Amino acid sequence: MTELERHSYDVVVIGAGGAGLRAAIEAREQGKKTAIICKSLFGKAHTVMAEGGCAAAMGNANSNDNWQVHYRDTMRGGKFLNNWRMAELHAQEAPDRVWELETYGALFDRTPDGRISQRNFGGHTYPRLAHVGDRTGLELIRTLQQKIVSLQQEDFEATGDYEANLKVYAECTITELMKDGDAISGAFGYWRESGRFILFDAPAVVLATGGVGKSFKVTSNSWEYTGDGHALAMRAGATLINMEFIQFHPTGMVWPPSVKGILVTESVRGDGGVLKNSEGKRFMFDYVPDVFRAQYADNEEEADRWYKDADNNRRPPELLPRDEVARAINSEVKAGRGTPHGGVFLDVSSRLPAEEITRRLPSMHHQFKELADVDITKEPMEVGPTCHYVMGGVEVDPDTASSTVPGLFAAGEVAGGMHGSNRLGGNSLSDLLVFGRRAGMGAATYVDQLQERPKVDEADVDAAATEALAPFELEGGENPYSIHQDLQQSMNDLVGIIRKEEEMERALGRLAEFRGRIAKMTVEGHRQFNPGWHLALDLRNMLTVSECVAGAALLRQESRGGHTRDDFPEMSPEWRKKLLVCKLDAEGHVNVTEKQQIPMREDLLELFEIDELKKYLTDEELPTA
Amino acid sequence: MATGVDSPGRAQIGLKTARSDRWWLAPLRIGVILVFFIVYATIRIFMNKWYWVGEFHYLTPLYSPCLTSSCVEGSSHLGTWFGAFPRFLPFSLITFVILAGFRGTCYYYRKAGYRSLFFAPAACAVPEPHKTYTGETKFPLVALNLHRYFFYGALVFGLLNVYDGVQAFHGKDGGFGIGLGTVIIWVNLVCLWLYTLSCHACRHIVGGRLKNFSKHPMRYRYWTFVSKLNPKHGTFAMTSLFTVILTDFYIMALAAGWFSDLRIIN
Amino acid sequence: MSYQGKFRVWRGDSEGGELKDYEVEVNEGEVVLDVIHRLQATQTPDMAVRWNCKAGKCGSCSAEINGMPKLMCMCRMNTFAEDEVVTVTPMRTFPVIRDLVTDVSFNYQKAREVPAFKPPADLKPGEYRMQQVDVERSQEFRKCIECFLCQDTCHVIRDHEENKESFSGPRFLMRVAELDMHPLDAADRQHAAQDQHGLGFCNITKCCTEVCPEHIKITDNALIPMKERVADRKYDPIVWLGNKIRRRPA
Repeated sequence: MTELERHSYDVVVIGAGGAGLRAAIEAREQGKKTAIICKSLFGKAHTVMAEGGCAAAMGNANSNDNWQVHYRDTMRGGKFLNNWRMAELHAQEAPDRVWELETYGALFDRTPDGRISQRNFGGHTYPRLAHVGDRTGLELIRTLQQKIVSLQQEDFEATGDYEANLKVYAECTITELMKDGDAISGAFGYWRESGRFILFDAPAVVLATGGVGKSFKVTSNSWEYTGDGHALAMRAGATLINMEFIQFHPTGMVWPPSVKGILVTESVRGDGGVLKNSEGKRFMFDYVPDVFRAQYADNEEEADRWYKDADNNRRPPELLPRDEVARAINSEVKAGRGTPHGGVFLDVSSRLPAEEITRRLPSMHHQFKELADVDITKEPMEVGPTCHYVMGGVEVDPDTASSTVPGLFAAGEVAGGMHGSNRLGGNSLSDLLVFGRRAGMGAATYVDQLQERPKVDEADVDAAATEALAPFELEGGENPYSIHQDLQQSMNDLVGIIRKEEEMERALGRLAEFRGRIAKMTVEGHRQFNPGWHLALDLRNMLTVSECVAGAALLRQESRGGHTRDDFPEMSPEWRKKLLVCKLDAEGHVNVTEKQQIPMREDLLELFEIDELKKYLTDEELPTA
Repeated sequence: MATGVDSPGRAQIGLKTARSDRWWLAPLRIGVILVFFIVYATIRIFMNKWYWVGEFHYLTPLYSPCLTSSCVEGSSHLGTWFGAFPRFLPFSLITFVILAGFRGTCYYYRKAGYRSLFFAPAACAVPEPHKTYTGETKFPLVALNLHRYFFYGALVFGLLNVYDGVQAFHGKDGGFGIGLGTVIIWVNLVCLWLYTLSCHACRHIVGGRLKNFSKHPMRYRYWTFVSKLNPKHGTFAMTSLFTVILTDFYIMALAAGWFSDLRIIN
Repeated sequence: MSYQGKFRVWRGDSEGGELKDYEVEVNEGEVVLDVIHRLQATQTPDMAVRWNCKAGKCGSCSAEINGMPKLMCMCRMNTFAEDEVVTVTPMRTFPVIRDLVTDVSFNYQKAREVPAFKPPADLKPGEYRMQQVDVERSQEFRKCIECFLCQDTCHVIRDHEENKESFSGPRFLMRVAELDMHPLDAADRQHAAQDQHGLGFCNITKCCTEVCPEHIKITDNALIPMKERVADRKYDPIVWLGNKIRRRPA
């Protein structure tokens, strides 16, 4: 029997970003004994990187805003591929979730009448993003972290033990989910610090592990984003949807090389920044697609007027949804109109006074000054697309966030459906809060209704331990760092922002080779805080996820949102009706199958003009008015 | 048992500090200045002479106000409240207590003194030599919390200094006059006031103590003003130290007759 | 553009260790963390280093570079001469785990000892009204990325292990100040600042401010104002006398 540390919980939350913490808060408040497991230290999760804000139709900045408008924006941004029920819940509940944060101690920027200030962002009709300068993600994670601490303080009052009902296991990685028959029975992992194994016996597991960006070379994501939750879910028998949709954020840093990919917030454009090519031309006017012509300006004068008078002017095309802007930048660079370092210019220095820039965009100013030695109040930034977000993820029930496996829940980036084919900026933070809470509630309800607590099978534990130690067994194999680099390069080159059938087939071929290389890699040293070993274990997950992305991308023969096919440049209403579902077969290979979308509820359909629906839906789907 | 950065469990690096820059330079420089001022001020207050230039009504700030009957004639603007002090007691005792107290409890000088004179610590990430440390939790250092009272005192003395400054527009012929001494006195006055107003206690008193600025717009404006000065408090502290010494030395030199004042008007 | 940089990195664990010399390629535009990663990928695959965002936003890669507490991701290589030896050690105030990774649990303990935000009893979510000028002071402190460099450099605990129990450190004294200045916080924090969190230990030597990668004016804007607020309550003889006369507990 494997030697390990054992703990028993009602709910285990994997991931301590916004979704994980919100889920844990909810589960604990529902009276469930809850564990939070995070790969890095508590409070360092990738949520801190979110800059712009948290979208919620509170109507503080423009009283015309309401959930219906937010819902429409979200569906348009996702090109109608979104799970409409998720988009509906999200738009309805986001304001409550933001207000709730204030009761936890969050301090958002304020309007003159003392309410939460809201800012403009790409794809949102009204100023909608609650924010704190350009460090909203930090505020969110710190607030939730402090709420967790306050719950622990309550438990301390009651029991004398801070960790009686809610404990954070920091620097701990889950490698396998345990099952009893069909249902989840626990989670197996190791402490990063000591390398010792740990087993959580728990009937409900909430996945909140974030995204998959580390499979790509140029990414805004941190090392943690290795698709652990996606892969764990698949190995546990759950399904993933929409994996072909990867959002490339249009503005990542392109220079210096060491920070290539690090995000430049969309607020730069929301606050007046414009994109120019090497000829000094504001090129975005050339890239407004037909579906957006009505909402976006076609000349600089109108676009500039919009910042002052949004009600009577159309928006500047710099604020188109991210996929459009990313593709436009990509085309400009390919056409030879890029900057010396292969990006385009993002200029705010000629648009706002210096003190205004440092007040509104303090961390961007800081980031460029310290990392690139560029003063953004004096010179333009150089930016280019960077892998930022995966729209795809675990297929979940919208109301409970439950996956197809009983006891397994997912929320945040690891869950799929909410954002359709493309996520709007600002919708991720609100997604975390809305569905984090729902996942916590879903898990608590599931535990309450359980007749019998599922048991962990010791044989599964031994198998998981053997699997985790496998990289130490071989000698003379490849180093995980070089395999990782090759994997990132392949994904970037072959399944990147613009895709072709032939390239993706090549990618799948390479991925099959990687499977062989990973089976034979070698890790040096011992188990105590060994980054080589950690990477080796994460590589398996990255590979599984990459197979899903490439497999699904090859099948979807259209261009939509975060999936652009060179060989199928049009958006097809037929394909809109279909989801691509990834599942592991008995041999552990990724299978991608088609599934029909559930048609949108009628009252939601009525929120749109028929002319707009015609752009997305097939004739038989249109309401018969 | 090893302590400090060598405490058990911590990384045993084997260097007291790995700093490779000249970290000792700043505390040394400040230390030299502080020691110089302490020595100079001690000598000066026990001299009990050369503080008043009757011809131009220059009074050194170190002796203002002069309140004992031992004061030289003309220097007691406010009259003589006390009898003659014995020789060993400086006339400027009250002035000295308040001014030294204000500077001694000042947050900037505390930093400067702890770093340069007590090496607690001399520079960041450089180990301090003391075995134990209780900071400002115990007597006598806990008394540094009385800074605000010295600030109030310094305000009063600041006003007296302004009065002295006005007096210093005194010409040879008795009417209006300006000399280099007047200019030095006024430069010193400006520096002293900048130092006094940028004080952390002042910032707290004018508005910092409030929870809601929006309910007290005037005090918020004061606070904003002091907050603008406050980051330069250290600079003002050092500059005003120099100008005080300069003013005092200049007046001493004139009073002693080492050289004569450069007159601009009368 | 690239050169062979000289690095001395501390390798070891709580049992002991030593500074080891490495020669490693350095390219234009890189930061110390890039070079440490290159070491990991090419020479020392098991070198332990904690990092996350690589953009100075998460505060994970805290270490001491040439003796100064710094974030490795924000320390550009062009601040060193090409022939300069760059010494990288773990933070020296916390127990070491391995190589550049330290056990920072002290900070999480201290975080728990600060009572949470106490919302006003009569306000429901959505009813909070605060003016920008009233939230700005606390917002500055909420920029904190919890890199714990201020805790690392603070001599109160760096040089005196025994003070760890009674001193929360700049990070958490700033948290107390943040809550005390929160326009809607309903708790009394001023006595606790001195009595439970050890504000009196601070001798305002400002190293916390000096090392803060977020450039938060910890000393001037949080610790000193907090000391003044404590002085209002505890060390002001006039207030003290007033309370005695009115027989109200201080």
